[in-house]
Amino acid sequence: MIPAAFDYVRPGSLDEAVRALHEGGEDAKVLAGGQSLMPMLRMRLATPSLLVDCSRLGELRGVRDDGDAIVIGAGTPHHEVMHDALVRAHAPLIATVTATVADPAIRHRGTFGGSLAHADPAADLPTAALVLGAQFSIVGPGGRRTVAAADFFTDFFTTALAADEILESVRIPKLGDGWSFDYQKFNRTAQAWAIVGVAAAVRRSNGSIAEARVGLTNMGAGPLRASATEAALAGAGADGIAAAAEQAAQNTSPTSDLHAQADFRQHLARVLTRRAVTNAARF
Amino acid sequence: MTETTEAGTAQAGTARTPAIGSPVRRKEDDRLVTGQTTWTDNVALPGALHMGLVRSPIAHARITGIDTSAAKAMPGVVDVFTAADLGDDNVKIPCVWPVTDDIVMPDFHSLAVDKVRQVGDVVAVVLAQDKVTAEDAIENVVVDYDPLPAVVDMEAALADGSPILHEDKGTNQCYTMNFPCGDYEAAKAASDVVVSRRFINQRLIPVAMEPRAVACSPMGTSEEYTLWSATQVPHVLRVLLALSTGVPENQLRVIAPDVGGGFGSKLQMYREEALALVLARRLGRPVRWTETRSENMVATHHGRDQIQDVEIAATRDGTIKGLKVALTANMGAYLQIITPGIPLLGMFMYNGIYKMDAYDFSCTGVFTNTTPTDAYRGAGRPEATYAIERIVDELAAELGMDPIELRRKNWIAHEEFPYQTISGLTYDTGNYEAATEKALELFKYDELRAEQQRRRESNDLVQLGIGVSTFTEMCGLAPSRTLGALKYVAGGWENCTIRVLPLGKVELVTGTSPHGQGHVTSWSQIASDVLGVPVEDVEVIHGDTARSPYGMDTYGSRSLAVGGQAILRAGQKVVEKAKLIAAHQMEANPDDLEFVDGAFRVKGDPEKSTTIQAVAFEAFTAHNLPDGMEPTLSGESTVDPADFSFPHGTHLAAMEVDTETGKATLRSYVCVDDVGVVVNPLIVEGQVHGGIAQGVAQALYEGAVYDADGNLLTASMADYLLPTALDLPSFVTDRTVTPSTTHPLGTKGVGEAGTIASTPAIINGVVDALRPYGVNDVPMPASPEHVWRTLQAAKAGGAA
Repeated sequence: MIPAAFDYVRPGSLDEAVRALHEGGEDAKVLAGGQSLMPMLRMRLATPSLLVDCSRLGELRGVRDDGDAIVIGAGTPHHEVMHDALVRAHAPLIATVTATVADPAIRHRGTFGGSLAHADPAADLPTAALVLGAQFSIVGPGGRRTVAAADFFTDFFTTALAADEILESVRIPKLGDGWSFDYQKFNRTAQAWAIVGVAAAVRRSNGSIAEARVGLTNMGAGPLRASATEAALAGAGADGIAAAAEQAAQNTSPTSDLHAQADFRQHLARVLTRRAVTNAARF
Repeated sequence: MTETTEAGTAQAGTARTPAIGSPVRRKEDDRLVTGQTTWTDNVALPGALHMGLVRSPIAHARITGIDTSAAKAMPGVVDVFTAADLGDDNVKIPCVWPVTDDIVMPDFHSLAVDKVRQVGDVVAVVLAQDKVTAEDAIENVVVDYDPLPAVVDMEAALADGSPILHEDKGTNQCYTMNFPCGDYEAAKAASDVVVSRRFINQRLIPVAMEPRAVACSPMGTSEEYTLWSATQVPHVLRVLLALSTGVPENQLRVIAPDVGGGFGSKLQMYREEALALVLARRLGRPVRWTETRSENMVATHHGRDQIQDVEIAATRDGTIKGLKVALTANMGAYLQIITPGIPLLGMFMYNGIYKMDAYDFSCTGVFTNTTPTDAYRGAGRPEATYAIERIVDELAAELGMDPIELRRKNWIAHEEFPYQTISGLTYDTGNYEAATEKALELFKYDELRAEQQRRRESNDLVQLGIGVSTFTEMCGLAPSRTLGALKYVAGGWENCTIRVLPLGKVELVTGTSPHGQGHVTSWSQIASDVLGVPVEDVEVIHGDTARSPYGMDTYGSRSLAVGGQAILRAGQKVVEKAKLIAAHQMEANPDDLEFVDGAFRVKGDPEKSTTIQAVAFEAFTAHNLPDGMEPTLSGESTVDPADFSFPHGTHLAAMEVDTETGKATLRSYVCVDDVGVVVNPLIVEGQVHGGIAQGVAQALYEGAVYDADGNLLTASMADYLLPTALDLPSFVTDRTVTPSTTHPLGTKGVGEAGTIASTPAIINGVVDALRPYGVNDVPMPASPEHVWRTLQAAKAGGAA
């Protein structure tokens, strides 16, 4: 439970951090809140040569209004995100989902961007980012680039970030009026990882669902959209939800592990999708 | 909190409020809760070397080579030892309970010799100047393994052709014990209904808050050693270390400083303790080690892990005639201190609170490539209670009877005590009727049954189940003669010395060894009442073989049940001596003195009195003592208990089961326990709450899982799920008080009650919720997936 030896730098700016990361090579890692990285270091599951500590970079922290979107700094701790007025007003799903992340101690240290960049398939926030159509702003030696959530999560614990790139912020479009949300997180103990999670965003119009987005947590290598269910929900009324939810596990390939076999996860995805959409639709 | 019977006290009729029965805040909690105390890990030992243990990542393999050269060459590494290097210092880890004459007892060396038999087995030990270097050096010890097929399944291990762990023994069967009581086949023949089930009492990992730790220091130039250990059993540990290492017992001081939990897992002589001592002796330097949490999961013993084949026979009217229990018990790879005896601690308890004509028990212990099992909160009795309380519910379902009704029909009525059970124990007292009535009322049993009916009729997605557990257990390990008859190699007495110091303060030296239970407070309360001194004037000394030389330590809910008797008797001896001194000084006849509230008074002459504190000063100066009396005021007592004590209680759980997701949620929990006279109700509450949580954990959350190759899959707390307060409702606890008649204070013991009672209550509730679907059992832990699969199988018409 003692990490292997590593070098450590704490740059004073994002540019310095990118430079340090670039110079550190393939085995350099960004340290933000440390809530996922530190356990991996202590169990020697990760043995980076260099840690670039970005936890005190003010420019990565905070939430700002950007017209038709809000921008959440990658280094903003979960606790700040879930209580932020802009988040609550324009991306309440983010606040709802963040409140289910681990426990208060972890939410005070762990960061929004850290959770996304870590890309644990059981993490909740990637699903919310996918459902909301988030855009990821990435900084590297060559400058800035933007990646859509759908392209950011590429595999288990793997993202579009290159070894020398840092996630700077995440832009979340304001969905506007008429949308409502729900997140169904299924776990065995209160603060455990999701066995399966389902995020639903629903826009109602004239007594039926005009548009629905459904995101799945831990149903594959990364967050997924339940596209068949989304399509079936368009124009559906209350009585159409159950049938649409039956298609929620299509094209998913969840893992089998100690907490659930794949077929049980697929069953849960269908049940939780029905519940999440029903709650969000508020018929 | 109400009590149906007023607690007896040591001093009836006094003016002061008796300390016994008072909710005194725990004196030791400031330092324990803040951590500002001495744990083994923070004992300062300048120059100490840190042990790093090279553990096998393979469950079963031959060791074909160990290259320590790279590790030895590292700066800061002092030495590295293998079994071959240690020679005679590679001591064997003892098992002190050979339960049968023909038991197979394999060698268990501190460092594995030739073979490893479990993941976590130790093949070499590194000594380094600091613990970081030790951890790095572990990775530089190169071990060549020739893997062998592993066996983790007990029945596979007993089958022909199984890999054999201990080849010199030629078998994986450790022992088979038979314990027939009455003629079961005749009882079965006289029955109308026979119900049988196979219950799996799954393997659990104790996970005490403080992992293990040991530190050992040679004392100057003499051949003496002091060994600190996060242990429950400093006295037992000293004896075993002396036997194993040859260090004379009078040159070995074992100290258990404050210890952060144990639940049985620190009732042991572990290989790390032996290694610390022999290496300190070999190098002449202090040696220390603190377990990591990852090590704790594989290297500290596990609990439970039994297959229970249970059969109950009854007549159609619900009269239980007989019970048959056949256990297969997983020993793990080796025998630790009382590994084979754990199932036998339950052997006498499978009949529970019920009368019957016959009981047939058998148990086969099996070696597998897993971490050894041993005592875990309840040790044998939770397994027994689970089996009987589950099968009684199944019998009730088979007979179409209410589970409470069936129990009433068969339990020992309160007027029948003392009662000799079918397994031969004599239950001294009990009142199952009173505890059950009170529990049913608090639980609102009838209302919940009505709600259950409504939910069933409306086909609610969330079904309600009511779980019943009317448990008893045996505490107060143990009458020494009984232990001898069971082939256990030690006694079961307990020791206490009470000294009243010159200025009137009291030192109470106990042989029990608390690791969170609150003995410092409870023992002070007992002494306070006996001596008539304030609770805060009593200092409790424990856990150090130099300061409390005699003791049998703490496990099995024995400390109050046995140790409490020694405290009482030692205190009485002090008062008896003090009375002689007081009478002498007041020129009165001792028989004319009364002792009230810490003062000796001449009956009928209230002006003539003296206090016990004043007497203590007289005993110190010794200027004016009765002729021939020795100075100082102290009393010592070693008490061998007359018999066990038998706490009981009725625990009721309301379980909500989501029939879509399989998630079982504990909605409410009521228990009425009868633990006899209560010394400190706050502490009893705490024990009951923690115990229930731990029992619920077995029912719903915890379970150690190995893959077929012997890798522990639940090797971290992300995968081995411990519930927290967020997962549990607020428990409703209450008590009845039926004082034990075998204990002079009327106490029984409470440390394990909640754990023993709650597991069957929860599972009975889950099964009850799902009974309409054809479900008649759910494997533990009743995780959502287990419940869901059980329901799927039942709906498909298959067996549950």
